[in-house]
Amino acid sequence: FVLSPPPPKNLFLPMLCGVTAQMLEEGSTLLRRMEICVAEAEKRNGKNTVNMQETFTVYLVETRPMDAVAEGRNQAPDSLWRRYSEFELLRNYLLVTYPYIVVPPLPEKRAEFVWHKLSADNMDPDFVERRRVGLENFLLRVASHPVLSNDKILHHFLIEEHGWKEVVYETGFQAKADSRLRALSATFRVRNPDKRFMEMKHYSDELQSHTSQLLRARARVADRLYGVYKVHGNYGRVFSEWSAMEKEMGDGLQSAGHHMDAYAASIDDILEEEEHYADQLKEYLFYAEALRAVCRKHELTQFEFEMASQELVSKKQQHEELSTGIVRTFSFKGMTNKLFGQEAPEQREARLKLLEDLIAEGEEDVQEKTVECGEHVERAWVDMHRFKEQKDKDLREALINYAVMQISMCKKGIQMWSNAKECFLKM
Amino acid sequence: MSGQTFPADFSGHMLDLDEDDDLEVFSKNTSLADSSPMPNSPSSMVNQYRPEEEEEEEEQLQQQQGANDKDIFITVDNPESHVTAIETFIMYRVETKTTRGEYDSSEYEVLRRYQDFVWLRSKLEETHPTLIVHPLPEKFVMKGMVERFNNDFIETRRKALHRFLNKISEHPILSYSQHFKVFLTAQELLSHKKQGPGFLSRMGETVRAVANSVRGLRSRPEEFSLMQEYVEDFSNKIYSVDKVTQRIIKEQREYLDELKQYSPTYAQWAESEEELAEPLNGVASCVERCSKESDEQIHHMSEVLVPALHEYVLCTETLKAVMRRRDNIQAEFEAKNVALASRRADQESLQDEVDGLADRVELANNALRGDWSRWQNGMRSDLKSAFLSTAEKNVDYYEQCLAVWESFLLSQRVEPGEQRDGEDEPLPTHPIID
Repeated sequence: FVLSPPPPKNLFLPMLCGVTAQMLEEGSTLLRRMEICVAEAEKRNGKNTVNMQETFTVYLVETRPMDAVAEGRNQAPDSLWRRYSEFELLRNYLLVTYPYIVVPPLPEKRAEFVWHKLSADNMDPDFVERRRVGLENFLLRVASHPVLSNDKILHHFLIEEHGWKEVVYETGFQAKADSRLRALSATFRVRNPDKRFMEMKHYSDELQSHTSQLLRARARVADRLYGVYKVHGNYGRVFSEWSAMEKEMGDGLQSAGHHMDAYAASIDDILEEEEHYADQLKEYLFYAEALRAVCRKHELTQFEFEMASQELVSKKQQHEELSTGIVRTFSFKGMTNKLFGQEAPEQREARLKLLEDLIAEGEEDVQEKTVECGEHVERAWVDMHRFKEQKDKDLREALINYAVMQISMCKKGIQMWSNAKECFLKM
Repeated sequence: MSGQTFPADFSGHMLDLDEDDDLEVFSKNTSLADSSPMPNSPSSMVNQYRPEEEEEEEEQLQQQQGANDKDIFITVDNPESHVTAIETFIMYRVETKTTRGEYDSSEYEVLRRYQDFVWLRSKLEETHPTLIVHPLPEKFVMKGMVERFNNDFIETRRKALHRFLNKISEHPILSYSQHFKVFLTAQELLSHKKQGPGFLSRMGETVRAVANSVRGLRSRPEEFSLMQEYVEDFSNKIYSVDKVTQRIIKEQREYLDELKQYSPTYAQWAESEEELAEPLNGVASCVERCSKESDEQIHHMSEVLVPALHEYVLCTETLKAVMRRRDNIQAEFEAKNVALASRRADQESLQDEVDGLADRVELANNALRGDWSRWQNGMRSDLKSAFLSTAEKNVDYYEQCLAVWESFLLSQRVEPGEQRDGEDEPLPTHPIID
């Protein structure tokens, strides 16, 4: 293999999200029209919602029309600054508005799976840089999605710096959001959820559990490997001191010591590159959550359909009982009727009429819920399939990437120790 | 070296000569005073110590001797537990094969315990106070050793004892020591142990030595001061290298532990995947194989580098003791010299004594001087070889791991989904443009 030098950071990105020229051809309308990137990060000071001073980071979102790029016009990109919280708002909006889509995740809010050298500080420049990459990845994924890429709010986010928040709130998406309680209740009480969705939900749990275990184990391995390499630096120091007092051994020891120092230093780059691999896995850790959300939405729509159907059946039953006088189920009214005699015919008519209205409403409701549930199932199934293919491809490439990194590390090791061996020969 | 039977020996002064076999050539102290400081025999040890310019030649000679002229081969093996009423101990089999004339037979097999080795070494040091006698493995291991007779401990000790005897056999002087011969050949060592100076006379010797050292040295020759400095510095350095090496092994073991937890996470994940199962299992297997290589590498370091460094850490104590003894010999001479200067009466016999002590100083210095360069060469050669071996093993480790990951990459290449006609680049560090 010819191992090329590591690419500059922004070239790595299309790899990170698996967006290829091929995908650009396929149905990713927005990305076809527009080049998007998150170019920089900066610290700002400002007042927060409770009017206190705070420091936060803003990210520069740059866009450029694709035809300008294609024609080679060196047009300056449009740009605007966004905070992480604005990205979050965008994503929440997408989650509510497209509950049948596995919405791409944001990079983690706080550094997790940290090992000793990595900082858990949100302000740490390495963390900020990796977050910048993650945010760009998020935008590229959204902009290349066949459904999400058409969203107006998304376009607005990319083009209009000011007033975007107000526009988002105006959509009223927050009101449409499902209450947690309702969703949880649905999960427990739904009777006939689609089997495929239940399997997918189970899979999302597995995916989450496995990726997080892997990430945790990997972080510990990285920590230990760091220790091994760094301790060799002590050889460098001692050999250097020792070489000063030896005649024949001196030169060999001294130069061997230099190689030990180089060996110890080499781990920094190696592990930094591995963080990119960890980030690729993390993306799918968070994707698992998004997948589960789609499945839960199904549970909710199915549950609401079931509830509506049940309501309708109950109303129809009541109607039947009232009209035929045959009481099939126990009811308080039925009992009082027996005890105190039946009500007057006018009242009965009124109640029958009411029930008929309710039944008509109920039937509309059931119809609506059927459509809602059915549409969700249909659309979600399409997107889940798309997600599965994307996931398989991306993760396979991530694993291959990992192997490439390991090979690079081995080659460095061979070099270092061969050099050291040459020095020892001179002793 | 060949043809010489009894090398000169200078420590006789302190011991009861009659009982010491090594001193057949030289009779009592007084006769030493009569003979010239330099024994005339060309093959005597003193004349064999060439000045530093010929050090290289000497080294070559020694190497040649090692390769071609080695006439004695010793192995230490077969540790066996022996139980008596009062104690349990390990006996080692010491097998000797030799063509030397002074040995009655060409093959010997005896059983020896650690105590016996200790006896041998102390005898060698007594007889040759300013020669550098290779150290023995420690009596007890400090850290982490609960049971004395743990298998690893026994094996480590056995190897060190083997090395000890071989080092002695390679020493141009010590190799011909009568004690050494007795150790290798006598079926029953106990009777030989009972000979030699008693406890009290050894005590007296120590008291004398302390008294002399209290008086202090008038002036140590510069070459020995430099040697002393070197010993101090070397002691620090080798101790540090030893510590660093132990630390590296510790870190590597912890790394290995984590690796062992890491590979199953891939395999477990593979169970819930379809398309991804194959590459995930592939990575799991790679990590596992690399773990094995890492285990081997750690093992190698523990078997090769650690013992070599450890031996030289122990050597520093030997070196310090040798320097002290040399200083004491000089101090004793100086003390008597002072006495000579102040006393008017009894000049003649005192003069004889002083002359004898002066000779002793010179011989002790020569012995040390010669053995010093021999020791330095040995140290350089031993440590060079240990470091080389370690570096080679590390290269080997990385080469094995490289092969493991490359074969994984190869397996992913052949997957049907990928259309990489004729492209030989390893996959993705580039954006994929179809």
